Amino acid sequence: MSALNRALAATIGWVDARYPLLKTWNEHLAQYYAPKNFNFWYYFGSLALLVLVIQIVTGIWLTMNYKPDAETAFASVEYIMRDVEWGWLIRYLHSTGASAFFVVIYLHMFRAMLYGSYRYPRELLWLIGMAIYFCLMGEAFFGYLLPWGQMSFWGAKVIVSLFGAVPLVGDWLATLIRGDFGISDVTLNRFFAFHVVAMPLVLCGLVVVHIIALHEVGSNNPDGIEIKKKKDANGIPLDGIPFHPYYTVKDIVGVVVFLILFSAVVFFAPEMGGYFLEANNFIPADPFKTPPHIAPVWYFTPFYSILRAIPDQFLGVVAMGASVMMFCFLPWLDRSPVKSMRYRGPLSRLALALFVVSFVVLGYLGTQAPTPAMTLLARIFSVVYFAFFLLMPIYTKLDSNRPVPERVTFP
Amino acid sequence: MSQSMNKALKKLLLAAGLMSVTATGFAASAAPLYEADVNLQDRVSLQRGARTFVNFCLSCHSAAFSRFSRVAKDLDIPEPVVAENMMFVTDKIGNTMTAAMRGPDAETWFGVPPPDLSVVARARGADWLYTFLLTFYQDPARPTGVNNVAFRDTAMPHVLWELQGVQRPVYKAAAGHDGTSTQVLDGFEVAIPGRQTAAEYRQTVADLVNFLVYLGEPAQLHRYRIGAIVIIFLFGFLVLAYQLKKEYWNDVH
Repeated sequence: MSALNRALAATIGWVDARYPLLKTWNEHLAQYYAPKNFNFWYYFGSLALLVLVIQIVTGIWLTMNYKPDAETAFASVEYIMRDVEWGWLIRYLHSTGASAFFVVIYLHMFRAMLYGSYRYPRELLWLIGMAIYFCLMGEAFFGYLLPWGQMSFWGAKVIVSLFGAVPLVGDWLATLIRGDFGISDVTLNRFFAFHVVAMPLVLCGLVVVHIIALHEVGSNNPDGIEIKKKKDANGIPLDGIPFHPYYTVKDIVGVVVFLILFSAVVFFAPEMGGYFLEANNFIPADPFKTPPHIAPVWYFTPFYSILRAIPDQFLGVVAMGASVMMFCFLPWLDRSPVKSMRYRGPLSRLALALFVVSFVVLGYLGTQAPTPAMTLLARIFSVVYFAFFLLMPIYTKLDSNRPVPERVTFP
Repeated sequence: MSQSMNKALKKLLLAAGLMSVTATGFAASAAPLYEADVNLQDRVSLQRGARTFVNFCLSCHSAAFSRFSRVAKDLDIPEPVVAENMMFVTDKIGNTMTAAMRGPDAETWFGVPPPDLSVVARARGADWLYTFLLTFYQDPARPTGVNNVAFRDTAMPHVLWELQGVQRPVYKAAAGHDGTSTQVLDGFEVAIPGRQTAAEYRQTVADLVNFLVYLGEPAQLHRYRIGAIVIIFLFGFLVLAYQLKKEYWNDVH
């Protein structure tokens, strides 16, 4: 043992006598046994963590030069883009990171739906995940106002006005959110506070809780089998491998592939054809000039489509809220005896496929100005969207599933 | 205006079918557009565009987020040349590019203050700017005497008319939506020739649009190169990361 190693061991020993350092390390990494058959879909959890870190770090640096003031906000963003050294890169990492966060989270959620990861004993894990998703929506919504462009302003105006549709207390609620009777400097200031302090705190806290809950119940896997049911003499799952080093080195590969795609957008298409940064948002906010077409950013458009599909405004808001909340009920709507889509019958597979199609189509329609044909399409796919959830207890029960193997399939 | 240009314009207008003279209102985003050939590698074009911008645009429009010194550096123009040719005597090289005209005056004269042009290329797009600057035409009904295909009833006068000259619209009869015959814009003919030929003017506008695209995001000059280096590095790293993963996973069966 070299002197350096001895010193290191002594230091760890000193800390360990006073803080559960090795215990935490072992519990969450070196002796956390994850199923060995994780596939492509299992990269998105660690990637979500990566994007969270990217957003926090770039966010801190943006905050150093951003001014949360209606008079100077727009100019301060351009100041960051031009006069701050590498400011353009920090800003693009953050703006691309926002969309990347939703891409990664949607794929992460889809993974759970594909392999029944929300089922017993992971219902609470799923609900915590949903809470993170709601937080992320809030975080994105508050952040989008900050550049103080036309889309920032009018998008916020439209979304806040949705709260005004709540019976009796609607107007009061909308005023409470804005802090003013319209979107104003006051609103910008409080949204800034929510975006850089309140939501990130809650988000980080929930992420920790999410991971603790995951490590308590253990990870699901593409076969939807509980690996804890088959253990060796030492109590280690037969199909489990230590998360570290196996999944840390595997996730590094995922991280690099992700960063290649991410960099391609940041450096070569930061506007992503107007989906990540909208042209209208390069016009400073003007309360007297309504843009001809107001649409939220792509990650909200499936729900926005559902809102627009319903003729009555209040019912539209209810339907939109319900469309987001539906995910929370999945653990109890799903009555299939089988978790993973690998062993589920044609009904479940068809239902999930239709759901994905309706989510994508509604998402597209939400970015477009409505026409009668598009509204009809949005209505049809809204029905499909809700049918996926509401009919789930029936079709998952009727489905003809295949037998589930005893042990995970590993090539 | 050259024959081919006229033909292209005709196609453009016919395709749109919306240039009805009787139509009122704001059809800014609906018209099809010419394609601007943006090339930020062309420093000479950017320099010419900068000169046109300063001589013709900066009197009324500002580019308040952009600094003279940055333009000088990015476009390889020596600072004394910028100071001599592009700035007002009171400007300092580190100043932002503000307009000569005062905002309240502008509002009195044009009804709206001319917008800042720092990020106009990102808001409108290069094609729109290119079309806008090429399609001013004579319209006695307008206070400025001109109208525009890309931006109907724009408050902006045809500032570049000395270069382009003035073009007169040519109309033809077409069936309207309700079946009645209406007059539709069919193309342009020269009313007053300008200092430049049609081809020269197109080049002037192309240079100006090129400059405006640069102005919208100066980082564009570097970001593609940096991006290529980053991605090449990541691919190299990917090989190592994958080998490491393979090495560890050899003993998972």
